[in-house]
Amino acid sequence: MKILVAVKQIAALDEDFELREDGKDVDPDYLDYELNEWDDYSYEEALRIMEAGGEGEVEIVPVTVGPDEADDGLRRCLAKGGERGIRIWDDAITGSDPSAIARILVKVIEREQPDMVFAGTLSSDHSFAQTGMAIAAGLGWPHAAVVNHLEYKPGDSSAVVHRELEGGLEEKLSIDLPAVLTIQLGINDPRYASLRGIKQAKSKDIEVLSHGDLGLSDDDVGEKGSLSRVRRMVIPEKGQAEMIEGTAAEQAERVAQIVKELKGAA
Amino acid sequence: MSGILVVSEHRQGELTPSSLEVIAAARQLKAEKEQPLMVAVLANNPDDYASQVNREGVDEIIKISTPEEEFQVDAYEAAINSLINERAPSIVMVPHSVDAWGYAPVVAERGKYGFASDVFGLRYEGDDLVATRAAYAEKIHMELEFPGKETVLLTVRGNVFKPVEGEGSAKVTDFDFSDASPHTQHLEYIEPESGGDVDISQAEFMLSIGRGIDEEENVEQFQELADIMGFTLGCSRPIADNGWLPKFRQVGQSGKTVASCNVYIALGISGSVQHMAGMKHVPNIIAINKDPEASIFSIARYGVVGDLFEVAEELRNHFE
Repeated sequence: MKILVAVKQIAALDEDFELREDGKDVDPDYLDYELNEWDDYSYEEALRIMEAGGEGEVEIVPVTVGPDEADDGLRRCLAKGGERGIRIWDDAITGSDPSAIARILVKVIEREQPDMVFAGTLSSDHSFAQTGMAIAAGLGWPHAAVVNHLEYKPGDSSAVVHRELEGGLEEKLSIDLPAVLTIQLGINDPRYASLRGIKQAKSKDIEVLSHGDLGLSDDDVGEKGSLSRVRRMVIPEKGQAEMIEGTAAEQAERVAQIVKELKGAA
Repeated sequence: MSGILVVSEHRQGELTPSSLEVIAAARQLKAEKEQPLMVAVLANNPDDYASQVNREGVDEIIKISTPEEEFQVDAYEAAINSLINERAPSIVMVPHSVDAWGYAPVVAERGKYGFASDVFGLRYEGDDLVATRAAYAEKIHMELEFPGKETVLLTVRGNVFKPVEGEGSAKVTDFDFSDASPHTQHLEYIEPESGGDVDISQAEFMLSIGRGIDEEENVEQFQELADIMGFTLGCSRPIADNGWLPKFRQVGQSGKTVASCNVYIALGISGSVQHMAGMKHVPNIIAINKDPEASIFSIARYGVVGDLFEVAEELRNHFE
């Protein structure tokens, strides 16, 4: 059996940054890329299923949509396990919203025919919480979002999952397979890659595909294939926090004074 | 295409407060551009909820009887997609809830509607809808438009719009949809672990720790500091996920809202939107963080940029 894990290199802002000239995004010179925090958890969940199965019984494949640099994210996964990754990119994909990204991933999934698909619940940069469930829509598969517990053995026709709801409540439910699950933080304790694993990952195979290779047209991806388009980005005005300056001792003294006044008044 | 459709939500027999917030957001758009406001209620027995959403400004309440009383993702998707087909609203608004994280992107992709999640600002530019949401971990706002889309589905951020009040005089109608076969089955709800004497939702003074405390062995000194100051110790998600503090001390969307809090000291908490959902209403937030760009400073009343261990050590001297 096979588990496909959709991962993303997220963009984090430098301390100082500027918007691009057209105002529709941040100037890429001020962005750093790293693997989405949620994806460490979804990949770990796949690794555990692989390790619980017999030798060669379960294959796990990380997949991402992104430019060359996104290979780093795939290799970060492959350093922990798995033998190959897939990355899809070409210029026409630029400007894709999460639905258009999902449509690309759907084509990969139809080709790979996994038994289960994991994605992060959301990504820490834009937090749409959209890609995983849009994949499920494209496939017509059963789906559950914000999963923080999974009971599943290879070959099972259904799985038991917990959805993490608001306020600490959870829902336990069974779900038919194959399914798309979006994985929540805290479902497991992700491992660190070993130095040996990191070295081995460098020579693992990453297949690179274009949207055309997958049978998608230009209208399926990019802005044309998206459900929304960025009109502009705005740097919001900073909040009104009164900053307390000085040495740690001076800062603490002022904080203590504020706390005592507020407590006294209460 | 015209009209605004709100999908209300409920859980364990209660209408969710965010449903009334979404109706408020819809009314705001209705005020900008007059159009009918419909509210859909999905439950096995929708009658009670239907009367609860009959608020000022609502023109029509649409009752949809689903096989299950509680949320079931396939039924919600089938019902909402067929209701949109039938009524052709220009805007569909739902809470940005965990349930909606499951169904809203599916409904949008199936209908190829315009879509934006976690929206906190809405306006018209001429005839075009513009939705504002956050980007880059809340440090930037992104305005989205939906060219060529006759229907746009939006999930609306909680605690932004004030819940709509006042009784309405909406007409009530029924809507049938062809049932979808369910692929999930509800087994049970698992209630959060009780904190015994500790109930952070009742605490007036909170000292909360986050990733910045670095190691588990450091938790104890902050528990001591909280005790000395007469504060209740809370935490952000990573601390609870690591098992360094029990889940009942976690503040935020998946933890608790500190509803009674007056003073909230955030130590080493950068301020994810999920954490802030549980505490941004607190009138006196004091944020202590080494990163001057941390989002928490945008909602704090007082900010301290510095080493939280040094500041905490010094703070202790003032209360011992």
